[in-house]
Amino acid sequence: MPFSHLPALLHSSIMKIAHLNYLHREEPMHEAGITESMLSLALEKAGEAQAKKIIRINLVIGELSGVVGDCVQFYFDALSKNTIAEGAALNFESKPVQIRCRKCRAVFSPTNHQWACPECHEMSAEIVSGRECYMESIEVE
Amino acid sequence: MAVKVITVGEKILGTNDAKAEENKNRLEKNGIFTINIMSSPGAGKTSLILAAIKRFSRDIRIGVVEGDVASSVDAEKVNALGIPVVQINTGGGCHLDAFMVEKGLNNLNLEEIDLLFIENVGNLICPNAYLLGEDIRLMIASMPEGDDKPYKYPAMFADSDVVILNKTDLLPYLDFSEKSFREVVTGLNPDVIIFPVSCKTGSGLTAWFTWLEGALKAKKKSKSDGKNKHS
Repeated sequence: MPFSHLPALLHSSIMKIAHLNYLHREEPMHEAGITESMLSLALEKAGEAQAKKIIRINLVIGELSGVVGDCVQFYFDALSKNTIAEGAALNFESKPVQIRCRKCRAVFSPTNHQWACPECHEMSAEIVSGRECYMESIEVE
Repeated sequence: MAVKVITVGEKILGTNDAKAEENKNRLEKNGIFTINIMSSPGAGKTSLILAAIKRFSRDIRIGVVEGDVASSVDAEKVNALGIPVVQINTGGGCHLDAFMVEKGLNNLNLEEIDLLFIENVGNLICPNAYLLGEDIRLMIASMPEGDDKPYKYPAMFADSDVVILNKTDLLPYLDFSEKSFREVVTGLNPDVIIFPVSCKTGSGLTAWFTWLEGALKAKKKSKSDGKNKHS
């Protein structure tokens, strides 16, 4: 479970405001939380399969997810120490932003200020790819 | 030893989503209408909350969960108006997650709240990926940020139920085109409701308050309908 190591709640004595302080977290970055969740999911799946070691973790990360692969790798190296995932390779499949025209259903990659459909010029499209943030598979021994 | 591939196919933030669902049920049980407020830093999240408190606090019981990287500046402003508030400092973390909000809820008397504002950390990227248990997602875009922000942060605009376009009083000094802003936002999100307002002058706030009142009434009705169903 993420954030299970949080310090006990701190109540401010000056104000009557309940004050929950996460200032002493060891890994405050965005990717730390993601990595923690990712590692626990991988360990859970490997445990279910009674695996001895996790060799590789295959992740699918969209451009809009706000997740930086290098950062995840950095935290993973630290967090996975002394687990069966230590030394596992992280494979990131990056998904570009793709949008689909609501009128003619054409799928296209938007460019800077050009979001109109290249086929029918309609200015209404839904995001179909780019938000991904999931674990596709793990490879274990 | 042979390598075995185990198909997972699960969201990495699945545990957050599950906790958000728990929060949602808990808020639902208490009939609380919950709004997750997201924006870049300085767009007017606290100002919008304070405006709603001034308008509604005599008739509606309001609570606030304040998320900030550090400090309790915003919580103090809310507290000064006599509104129950919990400050969550994320310690560098760029968003609130459902686990933090759960701890926040533990510190509020939920039986005495009808309307809960969760003020997320100022950021247009990560908060969008974390469900908290809210009824609606509201984002604030302020005119000085520019009308091109939906191109840069499309996911948040696509996933918000309400977009407040704040600081309209500054329009004479800016090259902001409300028409192009609306075009791209509604293109991404046809169901979105956009309220142009100025929290500074109060202009446009009446339309937003009227919408909010309607949403609160609908929530109350669904709660009493639910009660009748169970009795």
